[in-house]
Amino acid sequence: MTGRRVGGAPLALLAPAALGVAFLVGPLVALLAQAPWSTLPRRLVAAETLVPLWLSLQTATVATALCLLLGVPLAWTLARVEFPGRRLVRALVTVPLVLPPVVGGVALLLVFGRRGVVGQWLESLAGITIAFTPTAVVLAETFVALPFLVLAVEGALRAADPRFEEAAATLGANRWTAFRRVTLPLIAPGVAAGAALAWARALGEFGATITFAGSFPGRTLTMPLAVYLAMEQDLDAALTLSLVLLIVSLVILVALRGRWLGRA
Amino acid sequence: MLAASSLTEVFDQIGADFAAENQSYAVRFAYAGSSVLAAQARNGAPADVIALASAASLAPILDETTPESRGVTFARNQLVIAVPEGNPARVTRLADLGRPGTRVALCAEQVPCGALAVRALAAGRVIVRPVTLEQDVKAALSKVAFGEADAALVYRTDAAAAADRVDAVEFAEASDAVTDYPIAVLRGAPHAAGARVFVDFVLSESGRQRLRAAGFGLP
Repeated sequence: MTGRRVGGAPLALLAPAALGVAFLVGPLVALLAQAPWSTLPRRLVAAETLVPLWLSLQTATVATALCLLLGVPLAWTLARVEFPGRRLVRALVTVPLVLPPVVGGVALLLVFGRRGVVGQWLESLAGITIAFTPTAVVLAETFVALPFLVLAVEGALRAADPRFEEAAATLGANRWTAFRRVTLPLIAPGVAAGAALAWARALGEFGATITFAGSFPGRTLTMPLAVYLAMEQDLDAALTLSLVLLIVSLVILVALRGRWLGRA
Repeated sequence: MLAASSLTEVFDQIGADFAAENQSYAVRFAYAGSSVLAAQARNGAPADVIALASAASLAPILDETTPESRGVTFARNQLVIAVPEGNPARVTRLADLGRPGTRVALCAEQVPCGALAVRALAAGRVIVRPVTLEQDVKAALSKVAFGEADAALVYRTDAAAAADRVDAVEFAEASDAVTDYPIAVLRGAPHAAGARVFVDFVLSESGRQRLRAAGFGLP
């Protein structure tokens, strides 16, 4: 690390940088200042807090696993395989990043809803309906989180030296073995960073969930939905829920950073 | 002019009528949920008139309104059962919502349409196990419009506005759960005279016609 001291940095950059930090941190400080500290312990252990929190942690984790399962192979394909239309596929994969999540939720309904292309078929053949179940929450979260993981992993793959894979190939490893034994360990920090981003995005998901999954305590009412609902009546409850969400995501992201992302 | 979101369509029409008749006044509307509007009025929003979706939401800000205009009810709303076109689950009365296998969307109890639904269901002694408790009436309605839910309890006016996508089933117990819409001139109104003219216009036959056409009940 050879970071320069502040003295050398021009004010034209430092001033907006400081303003940026204040803009991001200020609202969080206000949240802390307004939190109902006196009733906080009682509110924290109430079912209104714990039930959505547990659901959110479960669904975000399953969604992240799903993102890894689909996203790492997708990122590898985009980074390593030459095929016509690759740039188009990459652009399409990142669309959920700019799509309003509510629109994403409607699109999911059109596919997995009871009248959707896949949903109709699932209901008539297997008797499975997805809407209003935790599965719907997981799908909504995966839809919005997957692009984060793909972009992070693809970036790591492009930064990794392809000569290691080539060396493995000359030593007789096929591409699958080379991927497992050489590439994956090489990009592990990138995968972990992508997974952490995806998990955080899934945890905060609101628009697609409320559109596609509905909101019922213990089944589809996740933390962000609970915050929004609580604001209708009880601002203190909403602040408590927000605080919990903030702390949980900070703790997990910091822990991950210490453990796996030391170099990132 | 601060107005509850369920008044959006009808107040836009009434506003246009008013502008056509009274060239000297200009009306501008800000629509939002009633609790949000009440908070805005309490914090001194520079508005002249406030119209809310329930008497309960006006109660905490009565002191912010002028005494002579305090809480005049200008419209009433009640619930209907919204069903997808063709009514696939064949819902014809409130008790059908309690049938096992009927997927019902309700508003959460924290929002006015949910509180009203609880009252209607209690009046009909119907026990419903909803699949979802939505955050507002439009969200509940959209679950029916997409066919995900078989039925939802929504305001009659919302069902009327979405008539091309959902059918409305009236039910007897709805009369036990009616919400009153109060209108009032705010005490700090920058244009108090114009505000009174507009309130009178809403209460006039012309305003009542528009409200009736939108599915509102009249006092």
